[in-house]
Amino acid sequence: MRKTWWKILGAVLVIYTTIAGLLLGVPHLNILNETIRNLYFHVPMWFAMIVLFTISVVYSVISLSSKKEIDDIRAVEAVNAGIIFGILGLITGAVWAKFTWGQFWSFDPKQNFAAISILLYFAYLVLRNAIDEEQKRAKISAIYNIFAFPMMVVLLFVLPRLQSSLHPGNGGNPGFNSYDLDSRMRMVFYPACLGWILIGYWIYTIRFRTRVLENKSNL
Amino acid sequence: MLLEWRNKYALNGVLLYVVSTVFVCYLSFVTVEKLTWNALFWIIMLFASINAVAKSFLQESKGRHLYIYTLVSPISLIIAKTVYNSLLMIVLTIIALLFYSMVFEFPEGTDVLMYLVAAIVGSLSFATIFTMVSAIASKAGNGGMLMAILSFPIIIPVLIVLVKLAKNAIDGLDRSVSLDDVGLLLLINAMVMGVSLILFPYLWRD
Repeated sequence: MRKTWWKILGAVLVIYTTIAGLLLGVPHLNILNETIRNLYFHVPMWFAMIVLFTISVVYSVISLSSKKEIDDIRAVEAVNAGIIFGILGLITGAVWAKFTWGQFWSFDPKQNFAAISILLYFAYLVLRNAIDEEQKRAKISAIYNIFAFPMMVVLLFVLPRLQSSLHPGNGGNPGFNSYDLDSRMRMVFYPACLGWILIGYWIYTIRFRTRVLENKSNL
Repeated sequence: MLLEWRNKYALNGVLLYVVSTVFVCYLSFVTVEKLTWNALFWIIMLFASINAVAKSFLQESKGRHLYIYTLVSPISLIIAKTVYNSLLMIVLTIIALLFYSMVFEFPEGTDVLMYLVAAIVGSLSFATIFTMVSAIASKAGNGGMLMAILSFPIIIPVLIVLVKLAKNAIDGLDRSVSLDDVGLLLLINAMVMGVSLILFPYLWRD
């Protein structure tokens, strides 16, 4: 029980926020209307993705200095789990955009930058596949991962601020500022973020353990 | 280490590449609008710089790597390579811009000086980023293909800022508008440079 409490907490939080997010009342804002509920599903995906990619970078740094294979596996599995959340984030965003902006993909700066940062991590996976030798692969991909991470931060947090976007929270569109005042939404949004981050971390640990087991059985 | 100048034929080759690309573009477009003018220039520069900078690590043999390894520390090597590539790119960019503006005239109302600044800052970022990525790609041992895959996602954000900055210059906007972008680019440059300085020693020793 002591070891699994956070998994239960994550599962309960996600179930709670899914139900509450769809049923509880929300403030009615211009343009957004009921689609504001997507906040509970779309935004936590990005939080989970960033947490997982951060884990990955940390383990890349560790694996560079420790040269242990296990740290490398941790890094790559964190990326794998993070990419799942990134794609889910793109999909939830695109479905939402279909109903508010009228198109799944309208080449809004935020959409583009998010897609490019996912590409960055696909490049990381391609790089891993291109190298056969294990130790070399661990080293080079760790270096690329550390090199790419600051670029992802620039892509997701700096560049969108400089361009005009239709995305909520940008340039006077209703978004973060207006929901912040509403305590009903806060009660669902924060648990949703925490819950999805925990679930993401859980997926990552499961992937990591299966990978370790696979490696053992292959020996 | 700055004796990389020996590879002069590389510079000539890339120059010829740029000139012939511009010429082909001229033959196919004849006249271009403002927006296309800008986009075309950066596309030409992007591919020219990949060709120019990728040579720095990819073309060297294993034996030569070993030879250099015994001579100098990795930090001075990456600094030398980056400085050399930056100079190469600046020269290349200026020549390309000259030739490009000869073939396609500057659109009316362009702030030429600002455009030059944008081009030079851009060539610097191309040089720093591609130097590190080509080092990674050469160690992975899979040449040009990997180089493109690894570098494009990294270069796209820089390219977006660059195109915006250059667009400002073409439209002849007030210079204070563009200062933020120049600052951001220099910041990204410094960041990339710092990260490669830290990481390159790990990459270099086998």
